[in-house]
Amino acid sequence: MAERRQRLWLAFAVEGSLKWLGHLGLLRAWRRALRRARLPLLYSQGFHPRPRISIAFPLPVGFSGERELLDMLLTRPLPPLEVARRVRPHLPAGLSLKNVEEADVRAPSLQSQLRAAEYLVRLTSPSDLPQRVQELLSKESCPRERRGKQYDLRPLIRSLSVEGDLKLRMVLQAGDRGTGRPDEVLLALGLDPSEAAIHRRRLYLASDRS
Amino acid sequence: MTVVDERALDRILPRVRKPARYTGGEWNSVAKDWGGISVKTALAYPDIYEVGMSNLGLAILYDVLNSQPDLLAERVYAPWPDMEAQMRSVGIPLFSLETRHPLREFDILGFSLEYELNYATALNMLDLADIPLHATERGPEWPLVIAGGSCTYNPEPLAPFFDAFVIGEGEEVILELARTVARWKGEEELLRRLATIPGVYVPSLYQVRYRADSTIAGVQPRISEAPKTVHKRVLPRLGPIPTHPIVPFLQTIHDRGMVEIQRGCTQGCRFCQAGYIYRPVRERPLKEILAAVEELLVNTGYEEVALLSLSSTDYSRIEELVQALVERYQDPPLSISLPSLRADAFSVELAELFQGRRRTSLTFAPETGTQRLRDVINKKITDEDILTTAEAAFSRGWHRLKLYFMIGLPTETREDVAAIVELVRKVRGIGRRHQGRRTEISVSVATFVPKSHTPFQWWPLVSREELEARQDILRRGLLRQPGVSLSWHEPETTLLEAALSRGDRRLAPVVERAWRTGARLDAWDEHFDADRWQRAFQAEGLNPDFYARRERPLEEVLPWEHISSGVNKEFLWAESRRAMEGKLTPDCRERCLDCGVNRVLPVKRPVLARGENG
Repeated sequence: MAERRQRLWLAFAVEGSLKWLGHLGLLRAWRRALRRARLPLLYSQGFHPRPRISIAFPLPVGFSGERELLDMLLTRPLPPLEVARRVRPHLPAGLSLKNVEEADVRAPSLQSQLRAAEYLVRLTSPSDLPQRVQELLSKESCPRERRGKQYDLRPLIRSLSVEGDLKLRMVLQAGDRGTGRPDEVLLALGLDPSEAAIHRRRLYLASDRS
Repeated sequence: MTVVDERALDRILPRVRKPARYTGGEWNSVAKDWGGISVKTALAYPDIYEVGMSNLGLAILYDVLNSQPDLLAERVYAPWPDMEAQMRSVGIPLFSLETRHPLREFDILGFSLEYELNYATALNMLDLADIPLHATERGPEWPLVIAGGSCTYNPEPLAPFFDAFVIGEGEEVILELARTVARWKGEEELLRRLATIPGVYVPSLYQVRYRADSTIAGVQPRISEAPKTVHKRVLPRLGPIPTHPIVPFLQTIHDRGMVEIQRGCTQGCRFCQAGYIYRPVRERPLKEILAAVEELLVNTGYEEVALLSLSSTDYSRIEELVQALVERYQDPPLSISLPSLRADAFSVELAELFQGRRRTSLTFAPETGTQRLRDVINKKITDEDILTTAEAAFSRGWHRLKLYFMIGLPTETREDVAAIVELVRKVRGIGRRHQGRRTEISVSVATFVPKSHTPFQWWPLVSREELEARQDILRRGLLRQPGVSLSWHEPETTLLEAALSRGDRRLAPVVERAWRTGARLDAWDEHFDADRWQRAFQAEGLNPDFYARRERPLEEVLPWEHISSGVNKEFLWAESRRAMEGKLTPDCRERCLDCGVNRVLPVKRPVLARGENG
């Protein structure tokens, strides 16, 4: 029976008020949407069976996302287009399905394949943004503390640039080997993250050819 | 119309915990276009989102109102203090979740009052909405501020703040109310018209006179249209089960589908207000429930359903119902929750059916430690039932039992309380025999609060000293038994609940003062401040003990005497006498006791004998 299972990767966007959900809220929204779509979800064993779905990279509360990834297992194969057609009518406003693709059932988890993420940050100030960015990038290291732990933010920044007037684009390392957070980058730049609109544009996986 | 600006919200939401409490957009929420709507209602629950979203009453009214093309209902809950501080600092008024309209732009603002400790929060919500607190300060341009829910059976402590209270079941009367508002909105006439709707109580149209000893001399309507007694509303037949309820993103208290399988209870436990005010019992047909569960699951994606009633085991076809659900939903198995199981072997069999191999825990309510006291409160189970139930549960694989008890009951002695320790010891012994050290007993102890419209409405709340002594007996006796845990309510909240639940209009300034000095979300331990309430009582020259701890004579006019649950005072008094004599009163499925509900209300033979549901 196991060989008839199917693994699908769903690319989705989170926008509008749904960005306030947080990871668990988003997972709950997905679980219920997929159940409403009546897909043949594969459930975990045990006393509290749960559908085998997981999200590649938790989206922090307040972030919007353009191409987030969800992994799910079905008990029998369905054409990806058919899955998309069935799921879309059951998504709440603010959650949209961009793409469904079939993945190898034995593929390593999305979480373990995650390498980096790209962010766009919209700011309301200041005018000396390019200087601040230059300054940060010129540093060898940028020691920071988060939840009582010391770490160096600098090597987690793969790229950081000013786009347009008050926009920052950044690619930050993500995954097992350390995750850079865009709000930490903003703090390192002397900016208030709560004043910024943070948007995750895409995730980079080990398997990505780019 | 001006809605709260999304960008303004975006600036404050990063600074608060769980911002999704304030952003709506959930599956099955209904955001209608405001054009062409005659009456707009905001349904409010005076506690936070996670609590309010678990309230079935509001979910039903939301469904009823939004099913009407010319009406709409939106939701609003109390913000947590972090959000309240943000809203006040930037000047965002309290707004609805669906369309972010400030509450003052609705025609009706309807609160659900289920718990006395939410009263200050209701005032806080009015204030956050920039709506004047007192009904007399609100001209016709303001929303009509009303309330329903079990607390409106004695709404007197909130009388000055509300234009009207709905007594009883809201499904029909909410529409009559909305139509009346549509016709008379903005006119002086409105309140008089509302007072003529059965089940609607307009407190400003009644005058309360007091005696020199502070008790009530009488309550009189000021105008002829207002009835001398306001009888509760009751549905002869329950309406349709809501099958497309809002599916929250956040984890709420009851994060599951809710299906009410019956309303009312025939047991007649004398301490239980719900058992009296929700009479008569009405069962839903099995077929209707099964169809509703199916629709509900399809429309929500829930993996769990709660079959709600005051006494699950009394539903005449409960076994068939559970069996059918278990058979129908196997892959994955549907989680079923069944509250209020009776302590008997049948309940254990039932639980075996719906908990499958899971066997997490079972909950029963012996209520007392002695048979004598159980007879006083008319809880018709025996010590033997409890031990047999424990035997059945532990021998079939459960290792955790939750037991609910009450202390401070009428006629209770310290010996009765000590007997709780003994009963738990026996239950634990049975557990040990079957489950060894895995045995867990969690004992939950509530303090009995006498409630209006019950046989114990004349009875005083136990004194603080006595309460502490009795708690001490439990603490010393139970916590020495390994595997037994104990939890209870703070005595201070109990006193406030007791004073407000049987209070009169003179308590309104106390509630207002407590709120002005910071009271809100009193149901949350971290926010409740007993001193603040004590000071508010003192400043208003009132003593909570007058309301909570005074035995009231039969002749005394009770503050809620003009509100009728259908059960007459003579019946309640007779029941209270029987309680003192330790006499049991049978279940009213067995025999009608003529409590009065069938005479006052247009329900023909509502109570089904067992097996009659077909």
